[in-house]
Amino acid sequence: MNVTNQMKLSFISKSANESFARAVVSAFLLPTDPTVSDIADIKTAVSEAVTNCIVHAYPHTDGTIYIDMKIVDNKRVIIKVRDKGVGISDIKKAMEPLYTTSSDERAGLGFAVMQSFCDKVKVRSVVGKGTAVTLEKIISKV
Amino acid sequence: MVDITCSKNTVTAKLKGEIDHHNAPDIRRSIDSKCESFRPKTLVLDFSGVSFMDSSGIGLIMGRYRQISYLGGKLEVVNVPDMLKRIISLSGIERLGVLK
Ligand SMILES: Nc1ncnc2c1ncn2[C@@H]1O[C@H](COP(=O)(O)OP(=O)(O)O)[C@@H](O)[C@H]1O
Ligand SMILES: [Mg+2]
Repeated sequence: MNVTNQMKLSFISKSANESFARAVVSAFLLPTDPTVSDIADIKTAVSEAVTNCIVHAYPHTDGTIYIDMKIVDNKRVIIKVRDKGVGISDIKKAMEPLYTTSSDERAGLGFAVMQSFCDKVKVRSVVGKGTAVTLEKIISKV
Repeated sequence: MVDITCSKNTVTAKLKGEIDHHNAPDIRRSIDSKCESFRPKTLVLDFSGVSFMDSSGIGLIMGRYRQISYLGGKLEVVNVPDMLKRIISLSGIERLGVLK
C-alpha cells in the first residue's frame, strides 16, 4: 500500500459547507483521472456522510466535521468523515434503508446511497463521543 | 434553484443546479406555496437542469408527492438525467408511478 496523496480538512457543521466538502473532495480526486461517473458517486457519498454530521451528529449546535482523504496506489480512494457528535446506538439499524430518526423530509437513504455508490462503507460510533464513516472506492480511469 | 410556472391546471417546477440538504428547504417552500394557492391538478417536477442530487432530493420528491396528493392533485417527475437514474431507482420512487 503506497499513499499517493493525502489531505485533511475540518470545517464547522453549517449546511452551506455540504457543497464545499463535495467540491474539495472532487478537486483532490481529479489528478487520478477518474471517470465522470466515479466523481459523481464519490461526491454523492460524501454529501450523505457530511449531511449526517450536520443533521444528526450536531442537531442543535455547531460542531466540527473532519475529513481525512487518502489516495492509495493512485487508484484507491479512502475518505473518512468524522464527527464528535451524539453517536449512534444501533449502527445496524441506522444503516437499514428507509430508517431515519428525523422528521424533516429525510428519506432514510443516506447509508444505502453510500453503500451503493462506494465499494466499502465502514461505520464506527460511540454514543456521546461521535461517529466515523469510512468510504472506500476503486477509481476507474478515463 | 427553481423556476415555477403555472398554466392550465398545472404547476411546473424546473429545478436547477445542485439539490442537497442545504437548499432543499427553499425549493420545497417555493413549490408548496405555489401549489397551495394555485391548487393544480398536476405538479410537474422537471429535473433536466439538475447537475447533482443526494438523498435530500429523494426526500424532496417524496414530500411533494405527499403534499400534492393531499391537495387532490398528482405528481409527475420528468427529464431525469442519466446521472441521477441510479439514486432514483435505489429510492423505489418508480413504484409511485410518478416517473414520466
Ligand atoms: N453522524 C451521525 N451521528 C449520529 N447519528 C447518525 C449519523 N449518521 C447517521 N445517523 C443516524 O442514522 C440514521 C440513518 O441515516 P441515513 O441513512 O443517512 O438517513 P437520514 O439521514 O435520511 O435519516 C439517521 O436518521 C440517524 O439516526
Ligand atoms: Mg442521511
